[in-house]
Amino acid sequence: MTEEKTMIKVIVFQLQDEEYTIPVDRVGSIERMMTYTRVPRTASFVKGVINLRGVVTPIIDLRERFGLESVEDSEQTRIITVTINGMNVGLIVDAANDVLDIEEDSIEPPPEVVGTVEAEYIQGVVKFEQRLLILLNMSKVLSGDDVKQLQEMDV
Amino acid sequence: MDNNPYLEVFIDESKEHLQAINDNLLKLEQNPNDLPIVNEVFRSAHTLKGMAATMGYQDLANLTHQMENVLDLIRNEKIQVDESVLDVVFDSVDDLEAMVVDISEGGQGERNVETVVAKLYAIEQGEAVADALQQTESASEDVHNEETKLEVDEFTMAVLEQSADQNLHNFEISVSLREDCMLKAARVYMVFEVLEQLGEVVKSEPAVEQLENEEFDTRFTVLLVTAAEQEEVVSKIHKVSEIDQVEAKEFSVREDTESQPEPVQEESSSGTQTATAVATKPEKKQEEKPKEEPKETKQVANKTIRINIDRLDVLMNLFEELVIDRGRLEQISNELNHNELQETVERMSRISGDLQSIILNMRMVPIEQVFNRFPRMVRQLSRDLNKKIDLQIVGAETELDRTVIDEIGDPLVHLIRNALDHGVESPEERLAKGKPETGTLELKAYHSGNHVFIEISDDGGGIKREKVIEKAVNNGVVTEEQAANMNDKQVFELIMSSGFSTADQISDVSGRGVGLDVVKNTIESLGGNISIDSAVDQGSVFSIQLPLTLSIISVMLVEVQKEKYAVPLSSIIETAIVKKEDIMHAHNKKVIDFRGKVVPLVFLKDIFEVPETVEADDYYSLVIVRKGDKMAGLVVDSFIGQQEVVLKSLGDYLSGVFAISGATILGDGQVALILDSNALIK
Repeated sequence: MTEEKTMIKVIVFQLQDEEYTIPVDRVGSIERMMTYTRVPRTASFVKGVINLRGVVTPIIDLRERFGLESVEDSEQTRIITVTINGMNVGLIVDAANDVLDIEEDSIEPPPEVVGTVEAEYIQGVVKFEQRLLILLNMSKVLSGDDVKQLQEMDV
Repeated sequence: MDNNPYLEVFIDESKEHLQAINDNLLKLEQNPNDLPIVNEVFRSAHTLKGMAATMGYQDLANLTHQMENVLDLIRNEKIQVDESVLDVVFDSVDDLEAMVVDISEGGQGERNVETVVAKLYAIEQGEAVADALQQTESASEDVHNEETKLEVDEFTMAVLEQSADQNLHNFEISVSLREDCMLKAARVYMVFEVLEQLGEVVKSEPAVEQLENEEFDTRFTVLLVTAAEQEEVVSKIHKVSEIDQVEAKEFSVREDTESQPEPVQEESSSGTQTATAVATKPEKKQEEKPKEEPKETKQVANKTIRINIDRLDVLMNLFEELVIDRGRLEQISNELNHNELQETVERMSRISGDLQSIILNMRMVPIEQVFNRFPRMVRQLSRDLNKKIDLQIVGAETELDRTVIDEIGDPLVHLIRNALDHGVESPEERLAKGKPETGTLELKAYHSGNHVFIEISDDGGGIKREKVIEKAVNNGVVTEEQAANMNDKQVFELIMSSGFSTADQISDVSGRGVGLDVVKNTIESLGGNISIDSAVDQGSVFSIQLPLTLSIISVMLVEVQKEKYAVPLSSIIETAIVKKEDIMHAHNKKVIDFRGKVVPLVFLKDIFEVPETVEADDYYSLVIVRKGDKMAGLVVDSFIGQQEVVLKSLGDYLSGVFAISGATILGDGQVALILDSNALIK
């Protein structure tokens, strides 16, 4: 590691065919899938709440959040708990693969079309060796607008 | 400064001392000749001054010092306690409080206190010339001591003088850290901790703040007031690792000023020579030893410690984890049917049950914490309003969960202000009505079942039904027809409905534009309720019912299809099972006849969109809940039972979910949602 370059450590996870990353300092823990309790009248991507070592933590299905088709949970399915803006949320992902050091300079702005995920959730892309990693804008992903809208409609 | 570990302690203790001063001053007002009370006040003020000076809050120390001078005169019967004197003292306590609040909010505790200081000074000067003399004396001593390494200001000096009077030692302690000491600030902190246990640090050089920031070489000097002996102090400090050298010597303020400066100056010129001074000192100390010993044993008596509430929350969380695992263990041991295992698990269950009650009890604090600021407030208010009021507090020792305590203060203040302003009449009016001139306001707290009741009763004019109705109608809260059908209690409750209190009646005392509806909302958000009883010319009673704790509630666990929900017992009237054919229809809604009342049914299955998996039978299981006078029957599939559960929030991400007030973790580790039945009753 050279001194001049700022490196950031990220966690890499899989969703459908793409690899996404979240800065490691945002991540609380990575859990295996566990039973959850459905919370009625919330957005469909809010799967419910889990008991994460005594703390009731909401979990959201990232596939559904991004409008990808949903799949059955597998052995590889993981819940990544993240803390954004003081909110503690678990993200259901297909698999958590790796922890990598990437250079901050190597982050490029998102190209116009990247896969199927809405561009507003994407902060940038990183080429790492032969892989293309998508850096997520977590505050956008967790922004409550969609959740609230749905609630208002229901009530 | 924010990270200063002493700051928190300082703020806590200052508040305690100020409270003690307040309480005692009020007592003093009742019995102006009770000198032991003055002593109490003096002691509190004195400690406060010492702490403030150590922490470098000069304004605070300055004012306390002036106040102390006046108190000293009272104590020595040089001035008489009267209202005017007490008013000034009360004013200065107010200023002190404001300063402490400022400090706790990150300020420097600075405040313009000139007028109060001037008043205190006037009292002091005007009535006791003798003491003014003393004052100048100590000032001249200051000049002497400024030559020594430790510059001691007037306040510190006064602290030292007084401690000498009380047969305490004043030590000047120099501590050198080892050259290779890595964490200097940490060592300093440890040394200070040792010192605080032994006595009181009144001064440090460099200042505590600089020490915290490691802005010193390897050596620092402190002034310690202690009952302990020199050797003890030195050896205790030596127990802290990475300490190179500790030297303690008597720091004297009065007679010894002549003899003392010499070694002190030597020390300041060269750090190494002091070793000799240490060697000579112990003998000198020995003579005084017999006197000191009883003091020391007294200090041990204090057995309480302070714990940050957050730590208790962490403890509580960990304990909940344990309870969940206990549940699993119980299940496993039952399945295995192993005798010894079962016995052990049972024992563990019992112990953890005890543990739970202990942990819960630790969070309980007496309501005194809230009540004790009221005497002062009532005194001030009765002056402002020119009314005579006798405040009686009953049951201040009643314990409540800390979370409730934190929230209940403001509503109570509001109610008391209201009672004084609108309830109790002026002395003339009272006399005209044939009542005693002094009105009585009673504040009463007591436990009953799982609740705490707080009653605020006055013997004032009471609430006049017609006036309330008139105002409510004018402000559009109710219509005249509605009002005519209301009973007295319902009418009284109108004064707490939003829109009743309007801005045109803002007075200094009650009604800052917010009405009693805020009080009602706060109390209801705490899971309590408030009711009013009143009789014209006899007075009113505001009665508040509160849950003992907000973190643990009793719930009824129910099953809706395969999902478990918890309904707070506080809102449940009863449970019932009704046949399907007993269901009636009214306005397209399903209702039942429940004990002569028509109760609408709420199908949780539909409202919560629960996936249907269980086949319906011919009966409905109902949980009858209420909100005020309204009722509803929640249709569930089965009752699981009653349970005490720990209330947890769903987190910020899911705040404001419809009809869900929180969640809890069940014995099997699963999360169950807690219903907010208020949202389900329209």
